[in-house]
Order: sequence, then structure tokens, then C-alpha cells
Amino acid sequence: MNGPHDLGGKTGFGEVSREANEPAFHYPWEGLAWALNMLAINKLRAYKPDTYRHAVERMKSSWYLKARYYERMLTGVTTLLVEKGTVSLEDLERRAGGRVPMSDPVAQLPVLQTEHSESPEARFLPGETVRVIAEATPGHTRCPAYVRGKKGVIRLVYPLAYYPELRAHSTIKRREHSYAVEFAAAQLWSGGDPAQTVFVELFESYLEAR
Amino acid sequence: MNANELPSVAPAEPAPLEQRARALRDALVERGLIEAGEAEALAHSAVQELSPLNGARVVARAWVDPDFRQRLLANATAAAKELGIEGPEGRQMVAVENTPTTHNVIVCTQCSCTAWPLLGLPPDWYKAPPYRARVVREARALLAEMGLELPAATNIRVWDTSGETRYFVLPMRPEWTEHLTEEQLARLVTRDALIGVARIQNSGA
Repeated sequence: MNGPHDLGGKTGFGEVSREANEPAFHYPWEGLAWALNMLAINKLRAYKPDTYRHAVERMKSSWYLKARYYERMLTGVTTLLVEKGTVSLEDLERRAGGRVPMSDPVAQLPVLQTEHSESPEARFLPGETVRVIAEATPGHTRCPAYVRGKKGVIRLVYPLAYYPELRAHSTIKRREHSYAVEFAAAQLWSGGDPAQTVFVELFESYLEAR
Repeated sequence: MNANELPSVAPAEPAPLEQRARALRDALVERGLIEAGEAEALAHSAVQELSPLNGARVVARAWVDPDFRQRLLANATAAAKELGIEGPEGRQMVAVENTPTTHNVIVCTQCSCTAWPLLGLPPDWYKAPPYRARVVREARALLAEMGLELPAATNIRVWDTSGETRYFVLPMRPEWTEHLTEEQLARLVTRDALIGVARIQNSGA
């Protein structure tokens, strides 16, 4: 989906502002949000990291863009645990003494290839030119918008890994290879720096042979 | 007056974040799903254990030990483990090495994936929109803005952490560090250098 999270190449955000000697957590609740997400994934096994990422991606754009990182994280954890019925929204709001905002529901599921077959052989080899699929799939994807439809060159072949679309939206475990694909900045952006390239890790399903 | 005749009321302001986080924790503790104090202890250990000091140790070792450097470039996950460094978000770590002609910089444009065991939990600027949006489009201009001027001829490689791999930059060892010990070298390596937005600076180590 084209969510607010997919920020690569977007303009109008202004300067990067850095804080000297920044702590990992600015407030105790930030550490709590981080720890609750880790516990929900690793201890409660309530959801996968991919499902969590999509829960954050489902925040309304206007909210996502102004929320800081740990607010987005807390929203993702809360949304998933309420959706799964682990906790109830009424209970949380009573305890919090006010409204507990959530991400929007899953809008549209991707069309999932449900076969379990996986090929141990990588389909592409280093040096090969590939093109990224042009269409954004609904639901969770790790294929950033700024490379869709663009040509790049396979540089590294990574081991088999769980396909994020399936892991976010189903219990199907299918792995495929991913690749570090190198794109010339001049191919991605008009006026792109001739001496800059961008390496994007892309799953095999996102790529077509050229 | 009948309740149906009342005007609609705008939704209340959200509860403060601190109360929302505590509410979720308390609900999970009360249901027996997590233990009291468990989340706090986990957050505390994250701050202690996930630290850019680990990345600095790895870099310093690579600078003084050419064999280790080779192993690091071949398999950073295994090389870090030699120094006892591993953990969440560290299953597939890859070192990208700066050279006199090529500078590397890392980002996660879609969320904020980071090699936690080597870089620690990333800083706010790394997770906020400006950096994530701009570094893939205009790395040289952005790095200059952040205080790292690179000649137009230096190639820049931006690594977008969009899959399973977690990258970190292996900076070049400055010439003036020849006399320093491994421990002194490690003190020069900052998180910003491991991300690729800063050079190694003489901090008087």
C-alpha cells in the first residue's frame, strides 16, 4: 500500500535535527512501549514483526507524520492487541483515563499466493539487470515506492527469508531470496547525483528479469 | 431533554502517552500475560546491552586486525559474535566499507530497522521523516548539511534497510591514529560514523 511510512524521496520535510547525547528513551513510557512490543512478539507470540510494521503503516497519514517514533510503536502494539482481543479498548481507556487512539483497520488484503513451494535456487545472479514491479500491492509490502518500475542491478544475493506480505497477513511461511539491488540516483530522480547510487534490499517477487 | 436531541460532541483528546503505555502494561500484567516489572527490566537491559559502543569495538578490531577485517566483511554477524556481540535485529548484519573513493550511508526509509546490537536503538532523527525521505534522493547535500562534506567525485552508496539485512558502516581509519591502541580507537567511533553521517574526528583520545 502507499502509506505515510514509505518516505524515500519525498520532499518538503526540511532539515534533520539532531540532539546531542540523545538517550535511547526520552521518557520511561518510551522504554515501556518498546518493551511491550518486544514482549508481544517474542513472549506472547501475538504477532510477527511484519504484522507490527503494517499496524503502524495503518495510522492515518496526518497522525503518522506528526507522531514521534515511540508513539507510532505504542499505537501499533495497542492496535494489534486490541484487534486480537488480548485486551479490550474499553479496559485500556478506563485505565488510561481518556481516549486511546488506534490505527485504521486493514483496508485491503494483498492477493496472496498460498502455495508453500519455495525455490532454494536464487532466480537472479549478481550483475543481472532487473526491473522492479510497477504496482503497489495492497496491505504490507517492503518494496518502497521510489524504486517501483525502475531498473537496477543485482549486487548481492541474500539467504532465503520469509516473504513479508505473507508473514504480515497470514500464517503461511514461505521464504524467498532477497537481493541488494543497486539503482543509480540519476535513474531514480531527475537531476540525481551522477556519483550516488542506492542499494535497496528487495524480495524476488518484487523483481522481473530485463 | 432527550439524549437524542443533544448535539454531537467532538471526540475527547487522547489520553497522555504515558498513561496509554501504563494502561497497556497494567492490562497485560493483570491478565497474567507478562510479569510485573518485566517490561521495565527489558527496557533497562536494552539501554545497557544495545549500544554503539559495541559497533565501535568491532570497527576498532577491524582496524588493528586485518584478518578480523576480512571476516567482518565476509560475515559481520559471525565476526561480531566473536566479540560476544549479538542480539535482536542482529541476525543478518552486513558491514559496508568506506574507501578513499566510496562513502557509505545507511537508512531505513519505511520504518527504522537498525542493527541494534552494534548501533543501539537508533536516535530520533534517524527515525523521523526528514532523514528517511532525503538521504536516498540527495545524500551529498544532506550529508553536507549534517557537517560531512564529501567531494563531488566521491561515490556515495546509500543502503536502504528494506529487508532482513541490517547494515553498518566500517569507516576508514584516519592516518593520525597510527599510534593509538585498539581501546583508544574504539573511543573515536561514534554512532553517527557507524550510520555514515559523520567522519572519525580527533576527540583527543
